[in-house]
Amino acid sequence: MSKSPGLKVRVDQDKCQGHARCKSLAPELFNLDEFGNAHEIGDGSVPAGLEDKAWLAQSNCPEIAIEVTEE
Amino acid sequence: MSDSASALPDPAPALPDHPPVTDWIHDFDHTDPRWTEDPFPIWEELRAASPVVHTERFLGCYLPTTYEAVREIAHDTEHFSSRRVIVRDVRPETTGVAPPITSDPPEHKPAKQVLLPPFTPDAMKRLEPRVRAICNELIDEFIADGKCDAAARYTKHVPVRAIAHMLGIPERDGDLFIKWIHEILELGIRDDSALMRAVQEMTGYFSGHIEHRRTHRTDDLISALMNAKDKSGQPLSDGHVLGSLRLLLIAGIDTTWSAIGASLWHLAKTPADRERLVAEPALMPTAVEELLRAYSPVTMAREVMKETVVSGCPVKPGNMVLLSFPAANRDPAMFPDADKVVIDRKENRHAAFGLGIHRCVGSNLARMEMTVAIEEWLKRIPDFRLDPAGQVKWSEGTVRGPRQLPVLFGKAG
Repeated sequence: MSKSPGLKVRVDQDKCQGHARCKSLAPELFNLDEFGNAHEIGDGSVPAGLEDKAWLAQSNCPEIAIEVTEE
Repeated sequence: MSDSASALPDPAPALPDHPPVTDWIHDFDHTDPRWTEDPFPIWEELRAASPVVHTERFLGCYLPTTYEAVREIAHDTEHFSSRRVIVRDVRPETTGVAPPITSDPPEHKPAKQVLLPPFTPDAMKRLEPRVRAICNELIDEFIADGKCDAAARYTKHVPVRAIAHMLGIPERDGDLFIKWIHEILELGIRDDSALMRAVQEMTGYFSGHIEHRRTHRTDDLISALMNAKDKSGQPLSDGHVLGSLRLLLIAGIDTTWSAIGASLWHLAKTPADRERLVAEPALMPTAVEELLRAYSPVTMAREVMKETVVSGCPVKPGNMVLLSFPAANRDPAMFPDADKVVIDRKENRHAAFGLGIHRCVGSNLARMEMTVAIEEWLKRIPDFRLDPAGQVKWSEGTVRGPRQLPVLFGKAG
């Protein structure tokens, strides 16, 4: 699988309150636990082609809990 | 009557009516008829004056007017308590707690975690077919008339029946639920006895359902709460279960009723958005978020426990805070074109479901109900408009939405 050069997402567990906006906007990158709180899938690496979704999830999180970093 | 929250004047309140507001900046009143009818220009005026304004009404109350000030307060559980969540004329000793909405840390988290699993997006997907069926059953009842009061015939019943279905109580008891909610959230602002009576009636009602389940286990939310354990492994007390059931009923009905109603009101008077949604159903998720932002129904409250500073403004104990997520969501510093409904708005960190630990436990349910109710309506009634012979009426107080919404079906002739 080709990865885009270095985009990674991470959900700050102390900030996430389970609004679930990220899961709705980018289900390929985020999952929810039994309480509905979000975490990144795998190590958070963003597959090529999903960069826009990563940024979209980041910019719609009401708790500003999503970090997108370039490696 | 079934439309308890509609046009009839309220029975004589226990306290005198509020004098009309002449100075919004120093004397605001969220029960003033002008606020009820059109709060947006008032919020704009208050926001221009200060990030936090104060009124002597309601025994002293602040209103944060910006998104940032609302966010600060919502995240600050040290200075602001949730033990009172409605701003009222009276401030009696707190009774009728409804955990977790009335809980502060550290009690809040375990009380909330009990409620979260039944409301995940996956759980809502399982409920969705029933909600679609409810919507169509309702539309079947009035579509041949060519018109209806969408608030009384449709938007009200969708959340009532959905939450009744989840709780495992009869959907036909819906009128009773609507009555209690009106007495608690609207009449209760001024009339303590109306509120207490409604709380007692609800408690009696749910006690019966709890009693029944001690011998007849059911697969519903009431049994789930009765089976839940607190963090020390003990079952929840009956008082806790009753409080949470009251919360789910109060919080799960007129909120979503309002959100669906305001959405249909917007679509009735905005043909361009309606036609676009019909043509591009894939826009629905973004449109729902935007309608939630622009017409957020729920205003919460906090009580100031310790002196602090919010967005540069001193805030003193003894006062309540009207925590207006709807006003935050119209803040132009946070949302470009905040006063426009942009159904394909890309960035939308709206706070319609609150911010911080008290994020609405039913947000996934509300989103599903809104989406389904608008989708099913548009499938059956793609063209509709406000009835010029009728009048739209909005609820007063803590939860804002149309309580009377007369619409005509079909294209304007």
